[in-house]
Amino acid sequence: MIEIKNIKKNFGSQQVLKGISASFENGKCNLIIGKSGSGKTVTLKCMVGLFEPDEGTIMYDGRNITEMDFHARKDIRREIGMLFQGTALFDSLTVEENVQFPLDMFTNQTAAEKLERVNFCLGRVNLPNTNKKYPGELSGGMKKRVGIARAIVMNPKYLFCDEPNSGLDPKTAIVIDHLIKEITLEYNMTTVINTHDMNSVMGIGDKVVFLHEGLKYWEGTNKQIMEITDGELFDFIFASDFLKDLRRNAKY
Amino acid sequence: MLKIFEQLGGFLTLMYSAFSKPEKAQMYWKETFRQAKDIGVGSLPIIAIVSTFIGGVSAVQFAYQFRSISLVPMWWIGSIVRKGMILELAPTVSALLLAGKVGSNIASELGTMRISEQIDAYEIMGVNTPAYLIGPKIAASVIVVPMLVVIAVALGIVGGWGAGLLGGFFSTTEYFRGVQDGFDGYDVFIMLVKAVLFGFTLSSISCYKGFTVQGGAVEIGKSSTQAVVLSSIVMMIVNFFVAFLLL
Repeated sequence: MIEIKNIKKNFGSQQVLKGISASFENGKCNLIIGKSGSGKTVTLKCMVGLFEPDEGTIMYDGRNITEMDFHARKDIRREIGMLFQGTALFDSLTVEENVQFPLDMFTNQTAAEKLERVNFCLGRVNLPNTNKKYPGELSGGMKKRVGIARAIVMNPKYLFCDEPNSGLDPKTAIVIDHLIKEITLEYNMTTVINTHDMNSVMGIGDKVVFLHEGLKYWEGTNKQIMEITDGELFDFIFASDFLKDLRRNAKY
Repeated sequence: MLKIFEQLGGFLTLMYSAFSKPEKAQMYWKETFRQAKDIGVGSLPIIAIVSTFIGGVSAVQFAYQFRSISLVPMWWIGSIVRKGMILELAPTVSALLLAGKVGSNIASELGTMRISEQIDAYEIMGVNTPAYLIGPKIAASVIVVPMLVVIAVALGIVGGWGAGLLGGFFSTTEYFRGVQDGFDGYDVFIMLVKAVLFGFTLSSISCYKGFTVQGGAVEIGKSSTQAVVLSSIVMMIVNFFVAFLLL
């Protein structure tokens, strides 16, 4: 479980996070949703240690990452896998080398063991026979799959996904969502996903945290979210008048 | 003024991190050799062409001036080309060329990695990014730039010889008599000191500019240009102090 308590973050005079507290449970897909500029990405980057929060604590199964030095934090980072919005695959490395990189850097496995693990992970994300291709030769969906394979290659306890569906067509986006969900259940990981895609919310959102202007506005499940009838969250979910009318006329 | 000190502080902190203990030495060696190959082999053609012609032009210009002073023997040209290439032309011109080619490449590569979150990806994995991405580039540059400068000296001398023969200014025997005459190993020492310092300067400044870039494509372009301009200026200042202190 990951718990964040009263996280605040400023950039110059701009207060981006104004004291966010939330918990993200093990074996579930925990979604952070909100409008652009609501503080989703900054929250996620604070959680993984890319940004230093000005105030507040971040606990990974009882371990407070905000009080740790660089070396102690590195140990926790090896338990983290992350899928970036733009995938962040290393351009100069092949698919195989990308997925294998954490194994090369942090393990003493033999070449055969590493290859076996890489092939397993690529197979798990349904990307066999792409080992020797470069990221530039792959489609958006394939890149996301490689990103997931790289994120899980070290058997992480925590998986973070920043906008996993951005740039994908609706069908591929659903496939990626389900892949993340399956992997979360299979490895019993704590998965935190940043998104503004309502298909993801309804499809895999075991727990949903809605951020608005740097504060936690609402927290609940994807079923509870459909009971909302007004306010910022309602405006966010049913962004168009067409959807609003549909919702008001529907029976839930 | 405050911004200059802020940048200097940031640069020194980054350099300290770049030479901290690596997670796995083998990976760092591999990266250093890859960088050395990229910088060395990739820059060899331009260094070879430019230094050959600089040697040739030096020989022709001195021959032109010596023709009007009949008391100066033409074999001196070999000596002057050698000394000029070793002490100044080969290290300085090579370094300026490398600042343009390698420096801009390093800055734009790291800048692109920063913007496309590749550096974040390394950090999430627990990699010490300055040590893995910057350390090998600087180490490779410090090793390879002196090698390129030695090659530039050799080709500059050959270029001077070729140009002299082509213009009929001296014979082969005369030229190489001059090349060997009064050779001083201390000149080579100064050349190597300059080459090592230039290698460090151009790679470290370019790495700093690329690693700390923020924004998008426009900022990457700006940081790349700044890397070339700043490293060229700093190298000329270093050049002056090396000459002033060691000659």
